[in-house]
Amino acid sequence: MGLFSLFQRHRTFDHGIYPVEHKELTADKPIRRLPFAPELVIPFAQHKGEPAVPLVKVGQEVVRGEPIARAEGFVSVPMHAPATGVIRAIALAPSADGPKTLAIYLKVYHAASQQVLYDLDRDLDAMTPAQIVAAVQDAGLVGLGGGAFPSHVKMQPPAGKVIETVIVNGCECEPYLTCDHRIMLEQTEALIRGIKLALKATGAKQAIIGVEDNKLDAVAHLRAVIPKELPITAEAVETKYPQGAEKMLIKSLLRKEVPIGGLPADVGVAVYNVGTLAQMGDLLPKGRGLIERVVTVSGPAVSNPGNFMVPVGTPLRFLLGQVGLAADRVGEVILGGPMMGMAVASLDVPVTKAVSGVVALEREDPDLDRRKVYPCIKCAECLKACPVSLNPSMLGELALARQYERMAEEFNLDQCFECGCCAYVCPSNIPLTQYFRIAKSINRDRQK
Amino acid sequence: MPKPIEIRTSPHLKRALSVDRIMRNVVFALLPVCAFAVFQFGLSALLLILTTTGAAIATEWFFARASGRGNTVSDWSVVITGILLALTLPPGFPLWMAAVAAFVGVALGKALFGGLGYNVMNPALVGRAFVQAAFPVPITTWTPAFAPGRFTEVIPSTFTLPFMQPIPVTDWIAGLQLDAWTGATPLALQKFQQIEPPITDVFTGMIAGSAGETSALLILICGLWLAFKRMLDWRIPFAVMAGAALTALPFWLIDSSLYPSPWFVLFSGGLMLGAWFMASDMVASPVTTSGLIIYGLFIGIVTVVIRLFGGLVEGVMYAILLANAAGPLISSWTQPRVYGAVKKTREAE
Repeated sequence: MGLFSLFQRHRTFDHGIYPVEHKELTADKPIRRLPFAPELVIPFAQHKGEPAVPLVKVGQEVVRGEPIARAEGFVSVPMHAPATGVIRAIALAPSADGPKTLAIYLKVYHAASQQVLYDLDRDLDAMTPAQIVAAVQDAGLVGLGGGAFPSHVKMQPPAGKVIETVIVNGCECEPYLTCDHRIMLEQTEALIRGIKLALKATGAKQAIIGVEDNKLDAVAHLRAVIPKELPITAEAVETKYPQGAEKMLIKSLLRKEVPIGGLPADVGVAVYNVGTLAQMGDLLPKGRGLIERVVTVSGPAVSNPGNFMVPVGTPLRFLLGQVGLAADRVGEVILGGPMMGMAVASLDVPVTKAVSGVVALEREDPDLDRRKVYPCIKCAECLKACPVSLNPSMLGELALARQYERMAEEFNLDQCFECGCCAYVCPSNIPLTQYFRIAKSINRDRQK
Repeated sequence: MPKPIEIRTSPHLKRALSVDRIMRNVVFALLPVCAFAVFQFGLSALLLILTTTGAAIATEWFFARASGRGNTVSDWSVVITGILLALTLPPGFPLWMAAVAAFVGVALGKALFGGLGYNVMNPALVGRAFVQAAFPVPITTWTPAFAPGRFTEVIPSTFTLPFMQPIPVTDWIAGLQLDAWTGATPLALQKFQQIEPPITDVFTGMIAGSAGETSALLILICGLWLAFKRMLDWRIPFAVMAGAALTALPFWLIDSSLYPSPWFVLFSGGLMLGAWFMASDMVASPVTTSGLIIYGLFIGIVTVVIRLFGGLVEGVMYAILLANAAGPLISSWTQPRVYGAVKKTREAE
């Protein structure tokens, strides 16, 4: 923060926090490729919605890019082989969420050329919106920011809702993560192509790329290369967590609030992550499927952090082995960023379409260490941090009193999207986010 | 054999600020005020601070042990209670009464509610309110500031034996051979005799009063430091001061010979100490931002109303205790508007 940042304030939302960014570890590292892992593990449930259905049998040989599972219904996407090889098994595999899920075990042929042979020659300008939507689903595209929501669904708002603005989310507000930053710098052409496709498919009049002001080089680069005739602008927003949350970014850029229980479409907005649109611009012209993604591998327990193009299905053990994991120092391995990401119980968990980062934290981090939990001292720091203006202090007390229904009915528990701001600032070290997660799941079970 | 990796839930990062660090910083911020009290009133003030702090710590330790909460002294909050209590008492207050005040404050004001975080009122003020009722004379007996020999001898009443009436200080004061000692604080002088001491003396603390409340300037500096470190919400003291000044202003404009000026109201008595270090007690104040302002204004207004129209010269203590009691209500009135909430109701209409 320079002196001028005091005067030059970028647009933002209310509340939020300023965690240490740690982005300097990888921000300057161009996206590189790593060797293929000997075996890829490709779960069927890599997106929100119904899991895909397998198209291949054990023992079958597949070519890189070939469809290996089809979409099951509207809110689902197909899967494509991330490498040329043979299907060794279809069996349960460990996942970050806890329970094991069904996955394809693909033995990679290391002698293979790894050419993607599934190329079409599409004329993007001739495609109708409906054709684009279908092509996006066929490509197996999901939100690559971590949400993993099928991308084509957002292109078709509910009846009566009109999309006016496509917001391109380049905030990347989680500490350590820099993959979106690199994509904006390195894959600009594909990104612009993807934005054009999204504009056409949604019928939106304009697109705004929202970028946190710790990546002003990306803003300048985008402004320089976006053709003037396109209705696409790049805007800096304040560097603040969770600026990259859909609802927060809509507020920052458009001063609009998504109504409680509503969708961005209710305020005429569709939000896409920059990585998603860059992949869209890259895959759609050739009719290819999503088989790899950019992942930031970083953290204090990693010796050579960087940004890597990683095939879907690469086990974490292999990925971390490539960057040098200090096995004796590693405390936690997190999929995604440290604010909202999930710690894995096993390094056999694979990289999926939803994994934007792999962060290995150290065991001895003093801030991480289990500090003493004090009673709530009503310091109100959590109220000042909560981006949706909840009262986490009150919610926490109700959670301790097991009044879960009251939390939802009187204090808007369901509006909590578990960003972790309250638990981050709490001087009493109360695991508020965890309380709310438990309360929500108990309420869900009771409603069943 | 490598150690197994750990699993925790998000967020995986934490801010370094912790309860004991906040409390420790409040103690640090109070130390200059304590030092000035000792400089001004000598050994008696020092013994007073040590006594209340020691008694408060002992009481906390005893109740935490008895209730099985373990060692709660290490969170430092009880040290604040002990120091604050001493600062609100007259410098010559008998030590045994001070110890009683500390015991009652911590036991009744805090331990009985469940300890740190659960108390409704500020424990230091609960203790002081108790001795105000129990020992009305000693708590309104003031001794001169900057008495010669204050570092070599104590004020006679300090060493009063338990359950004995305090040793009268009038002879001792007469022996000091001071000019113009009236035995009253500026507040009492103003209220009963309409004599306002020079505002600079009141502001800097060159006057009689409770041990730690006299120097508005010093309290302001220490409080601002805490607010700057974001360990105190500046809205509370500012709302208290605004409430007090704005309430005093019209009366002073009507009759400045009878009513004190807003400046005098702000800098005299315990208003500064109350605003910056008592009202700002996180546990006993509301949690919402708008609630904090209402709470602060309430304290400021009630303080001045008591000072101008009550039988007491001092009103800060009761104003804060009343506001503490109203705190949860104020909080529930002022729940924040949740993101996306207004739109929803508009659509529903």
